[in-house]
Amino acid sequence: MAVNTAFRNHNPSARKRNIDTFKCSAWLGWQMESNWTDPFLFAVYSIVKPIAGSLILVVMYAIISAIGGNNDPQMFYYMFVSNCFFMYVGQVLFGVAQIVHDDREHFQTMKYIYISPSNYLSYMIGRSVSKLIVTTFAVVITMAFGIFMLGIPLSLFSINWPLFLVVMAIGIFCIMAFGLALAGVSFLTAKHQGGMNEGIAGVFYLFCGVVFPVSTLPAWGVAFAKVLPITYWLELIRRSLDLGAGLDQALVGTSTMVCLLILVVSTIVFTVIALIIFKAGDTVARQKGLIDMTTAY
Amino acid sequence: MKFEEFPKPSWLVMNIRAVFGRAYPRIIGVNRELSWVFFETVLPLLGVAGYVYVYKALEAPAQYIGYVIIGGAMTAYWMNVLWSMAAQMYWEKEMGNLELYLIAPISRMSVLGGMALGGMFSSSVRALSTIFVGMVVFGISLSLPDPLMFTGIFIFTMIALYGMGMMFASLYMLWGREAWHMSSLFTEPIYLVSGFYFPVKGFVSMLGNPGFWIAAGASIIPITLGLDGMRQCLYPGNRDGFLPLWLELAILVALSVLFLFLAKYSLAYMENLGKREGRLTMRWQ
Repeated sequence: MAVNTAFRNHNPSARKRNIDTFKCSAWLGWQMESNWTDPFLFAVYSIVKPIAGSLILVVMYAIISAIGGNNDPQMFYYMFVSNCFFMYVGQVLFGVAQIVHDDREHFQTMKYIYISPSNYLSYMIGRSVSKLIVTTFAVVITMAFGIFMLGIPLSLFSINWPLFLVVMAIGIFCIMAFGLALAGVSFLTAKHQGGMNEGIAGVFYLFCGVVFPVSTLPAWGVAFAKVLPITYWLELIRRSLDLGAGLDQALVGTSTMVCLLILVVSTIVFTVIALIIFKAGDTVARQKGLIDMTTAY
Repeated sequence: MKFEEFPKPSWLVMNIRAVFGRAYPRIIGVNRELSWVFFETVLPLLGVAGYVYVYKALEAPAQYIGYVIIGGAMTAYWMNVLWSMAAQMYWEKEMGNLELYLIAPISRMSVLGGMALGGMFSSSVRALSTIFVGMVVFGISLSLPDPLMFTGIFIFTMIALYGMGMMFASLYMLWGREAWHMSSLFTEPIYLVSGFYFPVKGFVSMLGNPGFWIAAGASIIPITLGLDGMRQCLYPGNRDGFLPLWLELAILVALSVLFLFLAKYSLAYMENLGKREGRLTMRWQ
């Protein structure tokens, strides 16, 4: 009886419940990311994959330089740095979207989370924290590889730290918002997350000036690139690190403050849109009974 | 009619039915979710286009854009082998289908063969759409003076590649979450060593003798020589080929036999191991 009363009296506020959900799901996410193997293999896995991704560009650049193409080192720095930080888009954005399919189809736990007092949005944000930690590790390793093995001229004293930290915080917030939008779509789709994630990555990879200046695109492509916050995020990262900045003719006339302002405004706009998409996906999935859908082709 | 009176199909007929039965959901069933056409064919083209623009920004010779398009098209098959062949057995185990396959009176190779056949269908749609976009949007021009050699290279690349996928499937059958992570790990590093976005001979130009051995080592992955051979066929006269075409074809034939042989034996071995250790029905590890 006493236990029952205590249980009934335990009614934390919504804010506390959300914080608890966030903490537990962040811990759960970290366990799922890392405890599938021993720490050594996990470290190897976390290092090999991002470095291989960067080396593809290194080899492409080296081959074309050797046969007389563009061998401007600033172009190489541009590609390397942007590609390195683009890992956040690849891992965090799609990691968030993938949680839906993982929970719904693989572990089949989504319905249980829904019937618990947890808020699914808080849960998703918590789960994405582990992706953020793993990706940060990969970015640091890749940048270190670039500095020590490929001669990228970056020193801790040449970085504009205030700009870098502000831009990183806004950028990661923006990427997570995009992830929530994708998660909203994932509520309604079959097990297509591979193609969808790859495709959305392709949009950003193609239009945000990740591995080539935006000005290389046709005029309509440049116009589209200029409404995507990731374009400004990467440009500001390059400026704060002073690597490959000023190479993109499409952004060279835009001051750092204007870039920052556009990044903030577009992040707010995309966050509102992302929350609407997430909510709509969640509502329609419940209406259509898709919360426990499994699609095994 | 009593059960005993039903004609019992021969072993061959049963296995052919199994192949088509497993291919069916991937060819017909998947079309009930037509969103895959958009997700699997249109969206991945954008990533390939990104690499095309890298070469444009680097002012590379025109054939490099063609190389990227061909590599981009072939990623469809590699992704299919990784995620829908190798990792599929892990997924089937998680979904509870694996035990059904194991109690059916059919060869496991038939089930995997059906998966391969069905997977090749959707991958081919994606690959062809990549080539089509490459020709229409980026204006690449391909010539095919020796269609027989091209066909031979392509067919044996597919046999060797899907044979490799079947072999991996046996490993993945016993793995837990590491299966997912291993497939993920085999993406970028294989794109790098197999030369998906540049000719694999580039390693030799860059690094000399060690580069040759990197390319030679990567040739154990059938798509390395398959890609190189197809690029040589579609861009005749270029000097970016790693090995002579006839040698690449011969190696691919040998790899096809090797991987199918290894797949059969590793499947039997892993199944027995799984039975002994009680891991064939373990889920959510």
